[in-house]
Amino acid sequence: MWEYTDKVKEHFLNPRNVGEVENPDGAATVGSLACGDALKLTFKLDEAGRIVDARFKTFGCASAIASASALTEMIKGMTVEEAAKITNQDIANFLGGLPEEKMHCSVMGREALEAAIAHYRGEPAPTEEGKIICECFGVTEEEIARVVRENNLRTIEEVTNYTKAGGGCGGCHEAIQEIIDRVRGEAKEIIRPKLSNIQKIKMIEETIDREIRPTLQMDGGDLELIDVVGNRVLVATRGACASCAASHLTMKQVVEAKLRELVWPELEVEEVSQ
Amino acid sequence: MNPIYLDNNATTRVAPEVLEAMLPYLREFYGNPSSMHTFGGQVGRKVRGAREQVAGLINAAPEEIIFTSCGTESDNTAIRSALATNPGKRHIVTTRVEHPAVLSLGARLAQEGYRVTEIPVDAEGCLNMARYAKSLTPDTAIVSVMWANNETGVIFPVEEMAAQARNRGILFHTDAVQAVGKIPIDMKNSSIDMLSLSGHKLHAPKGVGALYVRKGTRYSPFLIGGHQEKGRRGGTENVPSIIALGLACELAAQKMTRENTYVKFLRDKLEDSLLEKVPRCRVNGDRTNRLPNTSNISFEFVEGEAILLRLDEYAICASSGSACTSGSLQPSHVLRAMGVPFTMAHGSIRFSLSIYNTEQEIDTVIDTLPGIIENLRALSPYWEVGDAICARVE
Ligand code: FES
Repeated sequence: MWEYTDKVKEHFLNPRNVGEVENPDGAATVGSLACGDALKLTFKLDEAGRIVDARFKTFGCASAIASASALTEMIKGMTVEEAAKITNQDIANFLGGLPEEKMHCSVMGREALEAAIAHYRGEPAPTEEGKIICECFGVTEEEIARVVRENNLRTIEEVTNYTKAGGGCGGCHEAIQEIIDRVRGEAKEIIRPKLSNIQKIKMIEETIDREIRPTLQMDGGDLELIDVVGNRVLVATRGACASCAASHLTMKQVVEAKLRELVWPELEVEEVSQ
Repeated sequence: MNPIYLDNNATTRVAPEVLEAMLPYLREFYGNPSSMHTFGGQVGRKVRGAREQVAGLINAAPEEIIFTSCGTESDNTAIRSALATNPGKRHIVTTRVEHPAVLSLGARLAQEGYRVTEIPVDAEGCLNMARYAKSLTPDTAIVSVMWANNETGVIFPVEEMAAQARNRGILFHTDAVQAVGKIPIDMKNSSIDMLSLSGHKLHAPKGVGALYVRKGTRYSPFLIGGHQEKGRRGGTENVPSIIALGLACELAAQKMTRENTYVKFLRDKLEDSLLEKVPRCRVNGDRTNRLPNTSNISFEFVEGEAILLRLDEYAICASSGSACTSGSLQPSHVLRAMGVPFTMAHGSIRFSLSIYNTEQEIDTVIDTLPGIIENLRALSPYWEVGDAICARVE
């Protein structure tokens, strides 16, 4: 049995915003019956360009239903630009985390949201482009590269957890490994090799201020940089984050992924209580 | 709340009288059956009694029973033994719908250089017998075919298959963990050489099983150790569980009729009512050649895990062959081998009953499940007011 958080269970048993918006401004369906889950998302904007209504229909397991329900709750009241910034990790965080093997449910939510926004903007759906790497689940190269980048994935197994790619016949494993290697290689290249300790700390501070704290503060939480020892980044959580045990793991993953991407690929985030 | 337990092909409750019978051997009679003293010797006598009880259920001789730790160990022992005693032969025949205990072992043996043939099944889950006949070669060391399938309950013609194997001098093993205790088995009048059974599928505890090996069959042990089980399986006997397995087998023999009348009646009632009340669902597997306790039903356009977790709210326990519950990302290998369409495979639920179920429990499920399906279908993008949107279904 999966270890679902109470919030996942609650959204699964009492899903919010089920159905379809009439005359939607944005609409999209992603996934398929063959793959075992699918999500249809529709939303409507008010005059000010904010999402006034969002509804979903899902075929899938408990966490797929909960992720879709969470997504509609999250985007209501946002502008399209704000909604476009939502990542799969945000969806998982909203639910207090998802089992690793179920992260693909949050990715499906993000995909549906992007496709619906693309539909609204009159652009082609992003997931429809690109070369298919995993035939079993119809996952493209771009999609895999993206989850690897955004979630700091390292292994084929993780890619499977997040996209399903590789979870069938296994014929695509080599290709997935190549994408992982390429993306992780890229991440390293961006970094200028000489980075003094002072520079490093400064960049970490800036990144936390710019990229991480705003999202946390939205949920009534905060994060403070305590110290940097070598590649160990010591941080402390504040406010809502500090009391929410379920969020700690995902918080560490998110912060670490961002810092590794933008500052230094070998950084390790550690949480200290101070 | 007491659960409504309809997952007996996964595991069963320990029969109360079985539990009582084993407890003294965890408390006061802790002697080693191999010991010379009376204290241990009396335990040895009980183990002998259990061996007779197990043999009795399948009409075998007590010496033909080897106690093991589980069905998986029995399967591994049987197949490895056949290969070890037929060193010149490099071919194994099995089926596509075996339990992982055999299927994964087959995959491992393929890596070790053996040739493995997996017999396919048809849409009803029945084996392709023409393919089977053709698969047997002079190089074949062993055939391993389950007696009844754990997911669909479909019963395979193992006697007929074993006779064909014997004619060609090939050993035949059957994984009978789902069949033992549910349908009559008579090893005295059989061509089967080896048979696996498992305690926890017939109201004994987990962690005990047995392997039947026909007298005169060449045999090579899997666990090498002491002289226990006449040197055929090393390791000190799991005495309390062996005693439990013995009594459970005796009780199963007594209750076999009930299994095929009362349990079958409950299963049929559950199945017929659900088919009648829920649109677009169907039974997976041959309904005539089937274990009396098993029903595998697919509900189209809903996902199995979601059904199970909604049932869980009512403390109703079942299992599913959907991707999300199979531990992989694809639906069960059995349903895929049968060619069950994806629309159906993801929404498959297996109910497996036992003599401990009541009609009232079955009625509760009949009252509860249709609403759950309707509710989940209302969430499904492939469903609109009472029927599927077929145009969108690939
Ligand atoms: S092609 Fe990716 S798992 Fe089959």
